[in-house]
Amino acid sequence: MKRTPLYDVHNKLNAKMVEFHDYLMPLQYGSIIDEHLQVRKAAGLFDISHMGRFEVSGAGAFPLIQHLITNDASRLAVNQAIYSPLCNEQGGFIDDILVYKRNENRFLLVVNSSNTVKDLEWFQRHAPCYQPVKIANVTEQTSLIALQGPHSGHILETALNQPIGRLQTFYADEFAWDGVLLTVSRTGYTGEDGFEIWADANHAVKLWDVIMNSGERDGLKPAGLGSRNTLRLEACLLLYGNDMDETVTPLETTASWTVKFDKGDFIGREALLRQRECGLARKLVGFEMIDRGIPRHDYPVFLGSEAVGRVTSGSFSPSTNKNVGLCLIQSQAAQTGNEIHIQIRDNKYKARIVKTPFYTREITHGHKYTK
Amino acid sequence: MDINIPNDLLYTKTHEWIRKGNGGTATMGITDYAQQHLKDIVFVELPSIGKETKAGTPCAVVESVKAAYDIFAPVSGKVAGCNPKVTNNPQLVNEDPYGEGWFSTIALADPGELDNLLTPEQYRVHCESGQ
Repeated sequence: MKRTPLYDVHNKLNAKMVEFHDYLMPLQYGSIIDEHLQVRKAAGLFDISHMGRFEVSGAGAFPLIQHLITNDASRLAVNQAIYSPLCNEQGGFIDDILVYKRNENRFLLVVNSSNTVKDLEWFQRHAPCYQPVKIANVTEQTSLIALQGPHSGHILETALNQPIGRLQTFYADEFAWDGVLLTVSRTGYTGEDGFEIWADANHAVKLWDVIMNSGERDGLKPAGLGSRNTLRLEACLLLYGNDMDETVTPLETTASWTVKFDKGDFIGREALLRQRECGLARKLVGFEMIDRGIPRHDYPVFLGSEAVGRVTSGSFSPSTNKNVGLCLIQSQAAQTGNEIHIQIRDNKYKARIVKTPFYTREITHGHKYTK
Repeated sequence: MDINIPNDLLYTKTHEWIRKGNGGTATMGITDYAQQHLKDIVFVELPSIGKETKAGTPCAVVESVKAAYDIFAPVSGKVAGCNPKVTNNPQLVNEDPYGEGWFSTIALADPGELDNLLTPEQYRVHCESGQ
């Protein structure tokens, strides 16, 4: 079992640790609900060093990435990042990743921890056609910390004493701190404003402590993978292996906007074009429970007496105080407002298909941290 | 971890408690140890009244934010009553596992089965062994 550079920190905080794709990770430090609500109203600090991190560099880096992702990296400015599926020839998700453009010949990728090995092989397999290109797996020599929540801009500016607030959403930059350079991006997986901070593995503990100390009076608390999951579900951000896998295409999910057919050829384009022309047989949609019951991954979904698909993600939603989920079901059943049934153990419970996301943050303070 | 284990109850290895009542009935719920481990309980499903229970088999479900867990009947018998408060407000199991957070009463099929359960001292040893 692998440990992140912050393993000792989690133990000292008495975190409940769980095995998560080869890593021992903090599920929660106290209550998942408290950690969730803390991120929504103030800020939470997450260790996400288990996520895979690659550096792709050289003249072939851009065309290689552009060929493997469905989104359009040619639209990226220097320092900008995009979210994109990585598809196989059938249009199914190999993974969903973040691509950061550092300069014309250097890109950083963040991939799901469960897919790090598979993605690395996928990039290496296609690299020979795009020489010169170098693909380096930098996961273990770096750490990744996510600071999420409405107070995170103020907390990070204070902690690092740097003008972090000038970063726009989905942009990254380097900032000097303690004699080293940190890469900070305004990205996240919670539906809140927030930042993800790359540091060398041996600076992780000090960086965590500095942010924690600086943020304490602004309500910053450590947050684990449990609340990370409920936060991302409310914001309707997909989870690989639950909401999609190699048999599901982006067009069937809420990420259909990330398929840019007009950018030129890419792996999966033909299959996705065919699927778009033939129409979608199924759709990933959100639902909320009407009856009492908590939907979970893989529970069957019914429209009337007909089985129409399965729940992909489900949970109690702390921000809305409802039980909500995503399900992949036949398109004709997937209309907003439809009453469906979720089979939970031996019984079927009423639910309704609703618009997603379940939670959208209010952008009230016209605030200096977004632009 | 500081665990509350009242002296007047009997316990199972799977972390249920039972309190012997009058007229051949007993009340059950889950222990402080169980609720501390599950944390945030957000759903409780209780058996319907009249349902037969068999010692050691599932008779209820509790769900934390993270997952669903079976709760096992400490004794065999018939469900004689359920706590509607706990299905309406599952957090009661976290707040008061031996009081307001009780699950069901069971009409005992064989009061002799109570002798198979753990005493408070035995249960404390069991918890401290980390099982």
